[in-house]
Amino acid sequence: MSSPLLHLIARDLRRAWIGGGALLPVAFFLLVAILFPFAIGPDAKLLARVGGGILWAAALLAALIPIERLVAPDMASGVIDQLLTRGQSAATIAFAKLIAHWLAFAPPVLIAALPAAALLDLSSETLVRVEIGLLIGTPGLAALALATGALVAGLRGAGAIAGLLLLPLAVPLLIFGAGSLDGGVGALKLLAAVSLVLVAGAPFVAGAAIRAGLD
Amino acid sequence: MLTFDAVTCVRGGRALFEGLSFTLEQGGAALVTGPNGVGKSSLIRLSAGLLAPAAGRITGDAPRALLTEQSSLDEELPLARALAFWARLDATTGKVVGALDALSLSDLADIPVRLLSTGQRRRAAIARVIASGAPLWLLDEPANGLDKAALGLLETAIATHRAAGGAILMASHTPITLSDVIAIDLAQLSCQSERTA
Repeated sequence: MSSPLLHLIARDLRRAWIGGGALLPVAFFLLVAILFPFAIGPDAKLLARVGGGILWAAALLAALIPIERLVAPDMASGVIDQLLTRGQSAATIAFAKLIAHWLAFAPPVLIAALPAAALLDLSSETLVRVEIGLLIGTPGLAALALATGALVAGLRGAGAIAGLLLLPLAVPLLIFGAGSLDGGVGALKLLAAVSLVLVAGAPFVAGAAIRAGLD
Repeated sequence: MLTFDAVTCVRGGRALFEGLSFTLEQGGAALVTGPNGVGKSSLIRLSAGLLAPAAGRITGDAPRALLTEQSSLDEELPLARALAFWARLDATTGKVVGALDALSLSDLADIPVRLLSTGQRRRAAIARVIASGAPLWLLDEPANGLDKAALGLLETAIATHRAAGGAILMASHTPITLSDVIAIDLAQLSCQSERTA
């Protein structure tokens, strides 16, 4: 990887961690996982059965939290203008942001899944499946968050619109991610395929959205 | 270094100006003037490649340094480190100290950008342009928020840059001392009837 790309990734990672920006999605993830037992009731068997799916839904909701700080601040502060003037392509900028976002988003969620699984009384077997699924699915979630963030950058009420945009598009990840919990290797392969398509496409969608936002 | 050939600028479906032609040579300077909303900032953004002309051609492959309304420096970083981010991208890390010095910002090098005043931010942004080492400077209202002493520093920086063969395209409504300048009066090329009337 070229050094400007690494430099951009390092900056985004640093900015994700300052002020706890990267911890907010994790707190949200845990909160959602805690809310379900309150709503469903303390039936350990039931929770253990639906717990894996709850973690997937929690991961999806947690992916919404960072959307507004992924692209919009750099558009407003002129950083994107500066990068484009230096000849970086919008897709390269978006690719750097995607990698940085995944690095800031996925590891904390994977770690937070451990206490969440304990709260839901998941079996270790289910936990391993959830972790493998999240490892494969979070790049796709990060890609969706980035593309959505670029599309809604500069809009009023961007957060609500971002949710409406991202959640339907994330349904395939949810279906195959939760589907893999039943031990289906096929679901994992499909999850990987969806994730790969999203990762491959998102930098170009986000780049085009950034370009369109310049006018 | 930068050539406009019959360029027309359209923003948001509205034609701003048309038929703009000029050539900026090494060591040259062009000053863009005109009333608010005539397209001065759009002309700077066209030159930076951030906008595409609706008609005509813009040529020139010199690296550019852009100064806009925003300083584009990370608020949470000390000034010297915020400048160093851009200098590292431009592979000109050695120039940051000199650029800080040229705008008499050396004493503020360790102060976080968010604590700087409007004028200090503007000076910091000019320092970013100097540190970039780019031969073509695109300056949009560089004198905004500058006091008299800082304006002198800006004029000196511009003169030094031009003496070294650099070129400048500047939009400004504040009078800035420039020698041998190409005057671009956008009001003359404006497409809007209420302005030409």
